[in-house]
Amino acid sequence: MTNALHTLSVSELAQGLRDKSYSAVELAEHFLARIKAHDGHINALITCTENEALDDARRADAALAAGTAGALTGIPLVHKDIFLTEGVRTTCASRMLDNFVAPFDATVVAKLKQAGVVSLGKANMDEFAMGSSNETSYYGASRNPWDAERIAGGSSGGSAAAVAAGFAPLATGTDTGGSVRQPAALTGLTGLKPTYGRCSRWGIVAFASSLDQAGGFARSAEDLALMLGAMAGFDPKDSTSAQQDVPDYLAELAQPLAGIKIGRPREFFAAGLDAATGAAVDAAIEQYRQLGAEIVDISLPNVGLSVPTYYVVAPAEASSNLARFDGVRYGHRADSPADLKDLYSRSRGEGFGREVQRRIMIGAYVLSHGYYDAYYLQAQKVRQLIAADFERAFADVDLIIGPTTPTPAYKLGEKNNDPVTMYLDDIYTVSANLAGLPALSAPCGMVEGLPVGMQLIGPQFAEGRLLAATHAYQQATDWHLQRAEVAQ
Amino acid sequence: MSYPGWEVVIGLEVHVQLKTQSKIFSGAATTYGAEANRQACAIDLGFPGVLPVLNQQAVEMAVKFGLAVDAQIAERCVFARKHYFYPDLPKGYQISQYELPIVAHGHLDISTDGGETSKRIRILRAHLEEDAGKSVHEGFEAASGIDLNRAGTPLIEVVSEPDLRSAGEAVAYLKKLHSLVRYLEICDGNMQEGSFRCDANVSVRPVGQEELGTRTETKNLYSFRFVEKAIEFEIERQIDVLESGGSVDQETRLFDPDKGETRTMRSKEEAMDYRYFPDPDLLPVVCDGAFVSSIRDVLPELPEARRTRFMASFGLPAYDADALVAERDLAAYFEALVAALGEDNAKLAANWCLGELTASLNEHNLDVAASAVTPDALAGLLKRVLDNTVSGKIAKDVFAAMWAGEDDADSVIEARGLKQITDSGAIETLVDQVIADSPAQVEQYRSGKDKVFGYFVGQVMKLSKGKANPGEVNRLLKSKL
Repeated sequence: MTNALHTLSVSELAQGLRDKSYSAVELAEHFLARIKAHDGHINALITCTENEALDDARRADAALAAGTAGALTGIPLVHKDIFLTEGVRTTCASRMLDNFVAPFDATVVAKLKQAGVVSLGKANMDEFAMGSSNETSYYGASRNPWDAERIAGGSSGGSAAAVAAGFAPLATGTDTGGSVRQPAALTGLTGLKPTYGRCSRWGIVAFASSLDQAGGFARSAEDLALMLGAMAGFDPKDSTSAQQDVPDYLAELAQPLAGIKIGRPREFFAAGLDAATGAAVDAAIEQYRQLGAEIVDISLPNVGLSVPTYYVVAPAEASSNLARFDGVRYGHRADSPADLKDLYSRSRGEGFGREVQRRIMIGAYVLSHGYYDAYYLQAQKVRQLIAADFERAFADVDLIIGPTTPTPAYKLGEKNNDPVTMYLDDIYTVSANLAGLPALSAPCGMVEGLPVGMQLIGPQFAEGRLLAATHAYQQATDWHLQRAEVAQ
Repeated sequence: MSYPGWEVVIGLEVHVQLKTQSKIFSGAATTYGAEANRQACAIDLGFPGVLPVLNQQAVEMAVKFGLAVDAQIAERCVFARKHYFYPDLPKGYQISQYELPIVAHGHLDISTDGGETSKRIRILRAHLEEDAGKSVHEGFEAASGIDLNRAGTPLIEVVSEPDLRSAGEAVAYLKKLHSLVRYLEICDGNMQEGSFRCDANVSVRPVGQEELGTRTETKNLYSFRFVEKAIEFEIERQIDVLESGGSVDQETRLFDPDKGETRTMRSKEEAMDYRYFPDPDLLPVVCDGAFVSSIRDVLPELPEARRTRFMASFGLPAYDADALVAERDLAAYFEALVAALGEDNAKLAANWCLGELTASLNEHNLDVAASAVTPDALAGLLKRVLDNTVSGKIAKDVFAAMWAGEDDADSVIEARGLKQITDSGAIETLVDQVIADSPAQVEQYRSGKDKVFGYFVGQVMKLSKGKANPGEVNRLLKSKL
């Protein structure tokens, strides 16, 4: 058994399990030991479920022995703490749910369990997925394994930090405005947000229902393809999930790149983009050209309105989705409330952090009588325009490429006092959520020792094409193989 | 009740619980009366991570209602979230419909003047929504209990235009609606259990004034009597306020059944901003032509059509027809009875349905379907009335015996010796005896006091223990006197 199991790909780990080089229990123990050794520093996990993980691993070993194992049997993983996990605390990184034990599994969790994965624990995140730096977590921010003084990104920062630190080869996340892609970019991982409706939202604590989508983190497109195949699919419990067959994403990796047309929107390379980050993305574009893709300049004229649109729609839905946290049935409840109003206001005032409260206030405001038309309705109209921009673009190109973030990871605390500046970090990612499109971030360079990512956006249900294009790039380059020191 | 110089304007919002198997957005059962919180699943409890899935049966029932009130069925309707905080509302919002309801612009015709004239009441809309849970204030110290069994029960909220002009019209409309939803088998109509409840918008204005007066909304009226009392109280209160120079506040009021009065619940200033927006968890509901036709095809005959048919085919007066069709089972009972007796005897059948049958059902608090006397059994009895075996009066005694569990009419008549005396000779003997025993009355009658005739009939019937054929008694008395 090697000491470097955490450097292997999912396929390699699965091969090792089948070859009996190590058992699923040994594999789980290896990663659990790494968590114990390093997570005090990284803070990637809110809850480590060691006992459950070893139970899962024993079941995986039994399946391996019985010959019923699949491609993910025995593969360790962490779930963002926004996914309900039966019998396990599910906090959403909020004091509100600090004591909340989920009564059932999210569909994505259940499907992955069915596929045989071994869940090691619940990953840190921004509180209720609201934030881009993980700093809104009630449990303190996750640190970036590349530089512990810097953010791991958000909101799925704990998931990203866990994979980047070698605590697990895979992690689930959710992406409402960039919450998988941005942390993936900042930690040197491949992260995918599928098409809206591709994965079930059942059992995911809702932030903004029309934007939320489950996604995943891995070290490569190949690993992600395996994971997505197990996560995706129609779920009768989610009316917005798509009745669309799940392709064999691993087989789709073989799609050739030659002849593919990739659009480069000029709006994604305008002012605000860090020069070195932009240069890394342009180098990736050049690589694609050399691999046989055709690169065309395109325009997405309304995409500049994405951030303001997003920060109307998302808080509006959040203010509604978070109304259920009232201290009555579960979650944080204020001590000895004087009356009903006191119960509500103190339970919510104590249970929610500042950023969550800010977004609830914004959301309540934009939905309120007399402002609804000017804000919410207007934002929905702009959303249509943004979606139409993409539709026009995809009539001509197969994929769209650009940066994932304007800069590499910044320092913890750097933008704490300026929410609007932080909101602008989402400038390249939110449009895919508004349009419901699949998008992926993959590492494409290093800037001053920090990874930066490129973003690929596809038309609806083109996850296979996104993964294939990324796989082709990763076959030709080694950015995705770079590791933070802690993960070596 | 009339209020000289004032015109009353009323609109009703009626909450009709749909009798689906499961809740509108979850698989939990909807049966009334289960132990608290045992019929509430994670969805009904508003747990984090749950999602609603629309119950198709609720949509079908709403469409059924829409077709029955001749309304437009929206090709595409949308669920919206209506936000407010209350402990019996688990999600902090109610899933309802706002801008695009499933049913709009229908009408219901009510009978006025004892059924002689009818008045059209327009229905503005009917939308689908989920019911809230219940707060339980009894049995807790310094706290309230929450029972979420009702949370998520499907409702249609039927909103009328302000076309009603009196408490009486409001009750007539409500009864008509109540009858209709039971006909359609979309609601059990149980008002005590809250399956059918009403909010009343009431305003008054001086006769001749175009502009509507300021209205109040009185909530939670769950019996026809409460509706009538609450509206009348509210009309008088508003008129008093206006006549003494004051003005009516736009507010929400609550009816107190014990005191028979309404009182302020929320003023306009406290009116809620529900922050409606389309529910992103649910897709728009599409009701295409084929779907609507498939429901139209299975609609039962509606009360209005049945009423018209009863009047045209059986020659029933409007009053009888109204009363018979009010309940689908009663109308069916009547039809079965007519089928056994022949259409010529429809009026007799109607009299018995609305008389003895209804009285007995009411007395024992039973539904028509649970009647102790079947239509066939009743027909057997009425045939004996028609062939003069028993008089109508004796028939009532036979009916009571049958209700109490005795055999068919013929056996009861036989066993108790109730057969009518039709033998002229036997009756003649009785008549002669009465005339002989009542010289004073005979004198009075012969001197022109016609009213005394009833006395003779009564005496003869008494002597015969009610069994003498009344026609024969009349004939013989007349000829002998």
